[in-house]
Amino acid sequence: MSLFNWFRPRATAPVARERLQILLAHERAIGGGSDLIATLKEEILAVIARHFPLEREKVQVKLDRGDAFSTLEIDIEVPTVNRGVPGGGARIAMRG
Amino acid sequence: MSKVLVVTSGKGGVGKTTSTAALGAALAQLGKSVVVVDFDVGLRNLDLVMGAERRVVFDLINVIQGDAKLPQALIRDKRIDNLSLLPASQTRDKDALSAEGVARVIAELRERFDWVICDSPAGIEKGATLAMHHADAAVVVTNPEVSSVRDSDRIIGMLDSKTAKAERGERIEKHLLVTRYDPVRAARGEMLKVEDVLEILSIPLLGIIPESEEVLRASNVGSPVTLSAPQSNPGRAYFEAAKRLNGEALPVAIPGEKRGLMSKLFGRRVA
Repeated sequence: MSLFNWFRPRATAPVARERLQILLAHERAIGGGSDLIATLKEEILAVIARHFPLEREKVQVKLDRGDAFSTLEIDIEVPTVNRGVPGGGARIAMRG
Repeated sequence: MSKVLVVTSGKGGVGKTTSTAALGAALAQLGKSVVVVDFDVGLRNLDLVMGAERRVVFDLINVIQGDAKLPQALIRDKRIDNLSLLPASQTRDKDALSAEGVARVIAELRERFDWVICDSPAGIEKGATLAMHHADAAVVVTNPEVSSVRDSDRIIGMLDSKTAKAERGERIEKHLLVTRYDPVRAARGEMLKVEDVLEILSIPLLGIIPESEEVLRASNVGSPVTLSAPQSNPGRAYFEAAKRLNGEALPVAIPGEKRGLMSKLFGRRVA
């Protein structure tokens, strides 16, 4: 460790505290057992699968939990149905 | 009037077994009859920390399955007369624990001891839920560290919903025990402060155990720290916690607040 490091501010505890407060507020709201995100993902996929053939690995679900609101982002790559061009496709992206 | 206490945390390695042994030995030295029960089936360690690993013949699973009577499985401590250990099985797994069997053993232990202290396994599965199910009170062991605090929050939720008391609509008594606390690092802002952990988890504080080499020394020799080093910082902190469990209203001193000039100047560990 260089001497410089001795003088660098290292107060990381407030960061830990804030991260925990945000995380636990969410986890308490959802309640220990249920897995809201997994359920949402399955239900949304089921709806889309009724209209498009889906490849599971081309679906990405992202969740960003913020202090005031959270974002659920679902990115689905859908092959072009009519023309059947290999490699061609459309993307459905949802944010909400 | 006997009391069943579960020592739990969710996360592993935070000091459940150390705390079970230390609180059990402290309560016994305060004149109570105490049994410490190892619920960590398959990964027993309370026997080792208590220094009784060579005396285990029968265990909790043997008693549950009717292969042994409770008095045959209980190991009386050689140093303190009124302290006993009920070890876990090392060869079986958690599936050998049955809800009815645990209920029967706990009921029998209640008749024999003032305090029945259950050392919970880590995790939130069967072993942990059975260890907490019959408890009147819980000690939630937490390190001042994000993953430990998160898991403690989850365990507190389970204590309020999955225990027999909760199912009867009663409230289980919960106590927070902060272990491995380093007051110097907390003062520098490198470690969550006790107040932070208390604010986040919002259950009453039972005690603060400072990070100390005495704890490892005690487990090396198989003696609870309240027995091998009762005057050390962690020894005293566990004794005070035991007195609070007994109903004494002792204020909790936060370590590091009365540091001497030398430790302030050099920022040395006080524990």
